Amino acid sequence: MNAPLSHLQRLEAESIHIFREVAASFDNPVMLYSVGKDSSVMLHLALKAFYPAPPPFPFLHVDTTWKFREMIEFRDRMARDKGFDLLVHTNEEARDEGVGPFTHGSSVHTHLYKTVGLRQALDKYGFDAAFGGARRDEEKSRAKERIFSFRNASHGWDPKNQRPEMWNIYNTRVAKGESIRVFPLSNWTELDIWQYILQERIPIVPLYFAKQRPVVERDGMLIMRDDDRMELLPGEEPKEQMVRFRTLGCYPLTGAIESEADTLEAIVAEMLVARTSERQGRLIDKDEAGSMEKKKREGYF
Amino acid sequence: MSALAKLDRLDEAEITAADTVAAFLAEQEAKSFLRFLTCGSVDDGKSTLIGRLLYDTKLIFEDQLASLESESKKFGTTGEDIDFALLVDGLESEREQGITIDVAYRFFATARRKFIVADTPGHEQYTRNMATGASTADLAIVLIDARKGVLPQTRRHSFIASLLGIRHIVVAINKIDLADYSQETFDQIVADYRRFAADFGFETITPIPMSARYGDNVTTRSRKMGWYDGPTLLDHLETVAVDDRTDDLPLRFPVQYVNRPHLDFRGFAGTVASGAVAVGDEVVVAKSGKTARVSRIVSMDGNLEAAATGQAVTLVLNDEIEVSRGNMLVAPEERPHIASQFEANIVWFGEQPLLPGRSYILRTETDQVSANVTALRHKVDVNTFAEEAARHLDLNEVGVINIATQSDLAFDPYAKNRATGAFVLIDRVTNATVGAGMINSALRRADNIHWQALDVNKASRAEAKGQKPAVLWFTGLSGSGKSTVANILEKRLHAKGKHTYTLDGDNVRHGLNRDLGFTDEDRVENIRRVGEVAKLMSDAGLIVLCSFISPFRAERRMVRDLLDEGEMITIWVDTPIEECARRDPKGLYKKAYAGEIENFTGVDSPFELPERAEIHLKAKDRTAEDMADEIEAWMIERGYI
Repeated sequence: MNAPLSHLQRLEAESIHIFREVAASFDNPVMLYSVGKDSSVMLHLALKAFYPAPPPFPFLHVDTTWKFREMIEFRDRMARDKGFDLLVHTNEEARDEGVGPFTHGSSVHTHLYKTVGLRQALDKYGFDAAFGGARRDEEKSRAKERIFSFRNASHGWDPKNQRPEMWNIYNTRVAKGESIRVFPLSNWTELDIWQYILQERIPIVPLYFAKQRPVVERDGMLIMRDDDRMELLPGEEPKEQMVRFRTLGCYPLTGAIESEADTLEAIVAEMLVARTSERQGRLIDKDEAGSMEKKKREGYF
Repeated sequence: MSALAKLDRLDEAEITAADTVAAFLAEQEAKSFLRFLTCGSVDDGKSTLIGRLLYDTKLIFEDQLASLESESKKFGTTGEDIDFALLVDGLESEREQGITIDVAYRFFATARRKFIVADTPGHEQYTRNMATGASTADLAIVLIDARKGVLPQTRRHSFIASLLGIRHIVVAINKIDLADYSQETFDQIVADYRRFAADFGFETITPIPMSARYGDNVTTRSRKMGWYDGPTLLDHLETVAVDDRTDDLPLRFPVQYVNRPHLDFRGFAGTVASGAVAVGDEVVVAKSGKTARVSRIVSMDGNLEAAATGQAVTLVLNDEIEVSRGNMLVAPEERPHIASQFEANIVWFGEQPLLPGRSYILRTETDQVSANVTALRHKVDVNTFAEEAARHLDLNEVGVINIATQSDLAFDPYAKNRATGAFVLIDRVTNATVGAGMINSALRRADNIHWQALDVNKASRAEAKGQKPAVLWFTGLSGSGKSTVANILEKRLHAKGKHTYTLDGDNVRHGLNRDLGFTDEDRVENIRRVGEVAKLMSDAGLIVLCSFISPFRAERRMVRDLLDEGEMITIWVDTPIEECARRDPKGLYKKAYAGEIENFTGVDSPFELPERAEIHLKAKDRTAEDMADEIEAWMIERGYI
C-alpha cells in the first residue's frame, strides 16, 4: 500500500484535474492571469497539467493601467520565459475618459476597468471558459462558489441557483454565449499557496518581498507612490519604509504592510502569526459586506 | 486553554529562522486530512457550529472578527452575542433571511489534521446543495435540536448521506443548554436515531451532546454534563479513522485528456481513481479489452516510477492502441463492468420531474453519453424509507431507476468504488444538472442485445428507392392543421414516386400506443415510441411524415438525437390558439375549456415553442396547399427529393 498523498500533493492533483477537464471539454478556454501569487501558482499548475505540451489556451491580463510597474515587467518576463500566449486587454473607453481611482473613486474605477474590461475581453474573443485564481478561503461569497461556476450570456452569476456539483463530475455544458468560470484553487488556503510557492520555488513578483519603498500613509493604509499620477495631499510626504505586499492589484488601492520578510521562508513565518486576513489590504472590498458578491453577480472574478 | 494548546499557529517568538519554518511545514505535510459536512434540519445550528469551530481554533482574523461583530448587530439572531452563523452564511440573501441557501466550504486545521468542512442548507428546497456537500465528504455531522428531536430532514439527510456512501456519522445533539443539559433527552434522541438508521450501513455513529452557541463539547469539554464521558466534537474529528480504502481497490484510471503535442508523444492524462500503477504494469483498455504496458509515467518533475490513488499523472503506453477520453485503463485481472443498461439510485434535483422515457445527457468523471431512463422502479419515502410505486420523481425525491445509454459505459458499482460508480444527469435543453446517480448493477439484458451490422444498410435501401430518407416532424397545437398539410404533402410525394409513410395520433394511439393516456409521463412515452418507429422506417429508406402535437422541447430533441444528422426536419405549424379553438375539428377545445379534459395542450398544459424548427409555417390566413408548397420547395432546394 502506498503512503497517502500529502496535503499539497492532494491539492495539486485536484487542480491539475480541473485544468485538464476544461481543456478536454471546452472549445475556447482562457486563463485569467492577474500576475499575483495565485496566478503564479496557477501558471505553474497549468504547465504541470499539460507537460510536455504547453498549456492549450492563452493567458489574458485585464490591465487597468494602474497596476504596479513591477507587475507589468514581471508579466512580460514570464510570458517570454514560459512561452505562453499572452493577451492584454484594457477598457479603452474608460482610459479615454481618464477614469482612475483618485478621480472617480475605487468602486467606479474597479467596475469599469476590471468588471467591464473583463466582460469586453471575454466577448471580444468569445471564450467559453475562463480560469480564475479565486480561493474559497478569501471571502464569504467565494466560499459559496462552485469550482465550475456558470455565467449567463451577460456574464452574471446567480448565487441562489448554482448547478449542483457532485463528486469530481463537472457539468461543462453551456449554450452559445454562456460561459463557465473555473477556479482550480478553490480549496487552497493562503498558507497552502505560500507553502507551495516555497516547495516548488515558483517565481513571484518582487513586491511580495520586503524592501525599502516610498510609501504614503492615507486612510490608514500604506500606499506606495508608483508614479506621479498620485498627487500628494497637503502634509503628505513619501517616506522610505521597509514594506511588502500581501496581495497585489492597482497600486492606489493596495495597502502595503510593514515587514522585514525578504525571503520566502520569512514570508511564511510571517503568515503563521498573521492576525488579519489578506483582503484587509484591499480597498475595494471594504465598501460593505456583500460587496464582493455584488461585483461577482455583475461579472467580476 | 485546551483549545489554544491545539493551535498550529506558532508563537511569534518561536519563529526565528528558516529551519523552524521548514520543520513547521514538514509537520503540516504529515497531517492527515478529513472532509466532512454539517447537515440536518433548518435552525438546528449547523452554521453556528462551524462558526464556533473556526472561532475556537483561532482561524478567524481580526478584521473578519470586527466585521462579524458589526454584522451581528445588524443581522444577528443572538441578541448581544456574536452570531457565528454569519461567518459562513456568505450570501446577502442568506444573511438577510438568516438561513443557509447554498453550501459553503471552510478550512481549518489542528495539530493533527487538516479539515475541509461543507456547511450545507437545512431546507428541503435546497437538498441538492446538501448533496453537493455530501458527495465529497467522508463524515457527516447530523445536527439535531435537543428540543425537537429527530425531524424529517434529519432522516432525509441521513438517508442521502448513506446513499452517497458516507460511513461515519456524528449525531450532534445541539442546543442541549435549552433542554437543561438533560441526559434523558439525549438518550431518547440517540435511541430514535439509531433505530431509523439501523440499515444505513454506517460504520460509526457517534452521538455528542453540545451547545454550539456556548461551545460546550465542541472544542472544550462541558462542565455542565458530568454524565457524558465521550469525546468532544473536535477530539472525535481529529481521531476518527476514515480509512480511505481506494488504495486497495484494483486500478481504475479514467482517461481524461489525450496529450499529443507532436507525433512522437502520446500521453494519457488522468487522475488515478483507485489502486496504483507502476512502470511496466500491464493495463487493459476497459471498453476494447486491448492490453498494453505502461512504459513511462511522465511529469514536469521528471518521470515517476509509480502513481497512487489521487495522483494526476500522464501515462505513456508501449503500444499504439486506441484510447480516448471516457475510456479507462484498468487492472487486467479485475475489470469494470461494460454495459449500456444498468440500475441506479438517483437523487432528483430538477425543477421538471424525472419522467421515464425521457432522454438526458449522462456524465461520469470523464465520459458523456446520451441516456434514457427506461424505468422508474420505485421511489423511496424519506420518512418511512418504504419503497413506493411512482410514475415520476419530483424535485428532491430519491428513487431507483433503470437506464439505457446510447453506447457502452465502463463502471463499477458505487458501493465498491465511489469514483467509477457515480454519474450525473443533465437536461438536454437547459443544461442544468438534474440528477445524481449511483450505479447498483448492470442489467443482464445488456449483454445479450447487440446491433447486427447488416450488409444491406440504410444507404442501399434508400438508393434502391431513389430517395433520401427523412423524418418530417409536424408539431403544433391540436387543430393547427398538421395532419391536413401532411396529407397533402404525402399525396404529392407519392405522385412523384417517393416512398412515404405517415404516423399520426390516430393510427398510433389505436394500436402501438393504446395503453397510453395524456399525462406528462405518457406523452413522453408516446413520442419516444413514435420516434423509435420513425427511426426504423427511415432506416428502411422511407420518407416519414409524423404529425404530433409533441409539446415538449425535450422530446422533440430526443427524436432528433435518435436520427442521423440532417434527417429530422421539424415543421412548426404555427396557428394561433384562437384559430385552432374556433376550428375545433374534434370538439376537444370546447371540452377542455369546460374542464372536461385535463392536460390539454394550450389550455392547461404548455406548448414549448420550437427553438430550431427547420420550417416555421405561420399558418394564419394561409391554405394548407400553400403550406405544402413551401415544404416541397424547401425539400427540393436541399436535395431531399
